[in-house]
Amino acid sequence: MKLITHNMLTSKCLKGVVTGYPLAISATNIKVTEVDFNPDFIVRIIPKIDWEVFWKAADSIGHSDGLPQTVESKLHDNNDFLKKVHRVLLEVEIDEGHLTCPESGRQFPITKGIPNMLLTEAENKFAMLLKSANDLYHEVFAPMPRQI
Amino acid sequence: MDTPYQNHIDKDEFNYVYEPAEDSFLLIDALEKEIDFLRKKNPLLCLEVGSGSGVVITAFAMAFPHCLCFCTDINHRACLMSQSTASHNKVFLECVNMNLVTCFVDKKFDVLIFNPPYVETESNDCLSNGIVASWAGGIKGREITDKLLDMVPKILTDDGIFYLLLIKENIPEEVKEIMLQKGFQANLVLERKVKNEHQIVIKFYR
Repeated sequence: MKLITHNMLTSKCLKGVVTGYPLAISATNIKVTEVDFNPDFIVRIIPKIDWEVFWKAADSIGHSDGLPQTVESKLHDNNDFLKKVHRVLLEVEIDEGHLTCPESGRQFPITKGIPNMLLTEAENKFAMLLKSANDLYHEVFAPMPRQI
Repeated sequence: MDTPYQNHIDKDEFNYVYEPAEDSFLLIDALEKEIDFLRKKNPLLCLEVGSGSGVVITAFAMAFPHCLCFCTDINHRACLMSQSTASHNKVFLECVNMNLVTCFVDKKFDVLIFNPPYVETESNDCLSNGIVASWAGGIKGREITDKLLDMVPKILTDDGIFYLLLIKENIPEEVKEIMLQKGFQANLVLERKVKNEHQIVIKFYR
């Protein structure tokens, strides 16, 4: 999992979790793999990422060196800056570890670079139960006009 | 569009992951037909849902080197296969073991691609996360597709494009109507009759 992906992942699929963002990273193995550098792409991707989340994620795995905490548009002409963003966003990879939901503490394992965001059968059953209870509630009470 | 190299895959793995077939290649052909349109759009982020062997998203990544490609699959073995197909073809692909798109934040993807499990089956058949999940579509072969349709408006950027493969039994007219309610126009990109299946690829856009 690269940090670009982390920047877009949430645990809001868990019942009771509202935003589930950002997920905390615990890494036991980090790899760096070379990816072709495309400055235009980096310039275009910067406005699409949550920079604060990106910076904190990079910092939490020890890769924030030289990465400014806030980003200014004048940096877009700075090749060293773009290269640094490229490296941390696309080349640094969490190979083994886990992600933690900021609200529930639920952990999602990362193995061979692939985060497992699937819910367990119990979590799925609970979600379905909650949905049926909710539907039933609305079926029973919603048609009734409110009387005081 | 080139067909990705696939000889790295151990054939036994196709007992667990859907082996690329006519539907996969129709989808690649449809994307190839769209190549000029997509080049003009210059997409930044592309996502394939249920990537299986990874052959479609890898073909896309090879044709669009300036677009970052992502994929999800509910089957962990499919995630590993997609990842290895991409790396054997030397393209960037980020893969997440996920149910459809449920764990992505809103409005990031410019292109969304889905070759769903479209075969008509019993409703219960489409609850697996193994090889059965790659084809069992439940009632009308649409149960999984319909779940994704509800998420499309949120997952796509405002001018994002969605490519969906269906067969006639899925009642494409109904799907178009559902998407129209969500504000999406539909165009037929490509269709093909294969054995006893009539497969079509539809493009949805706002």
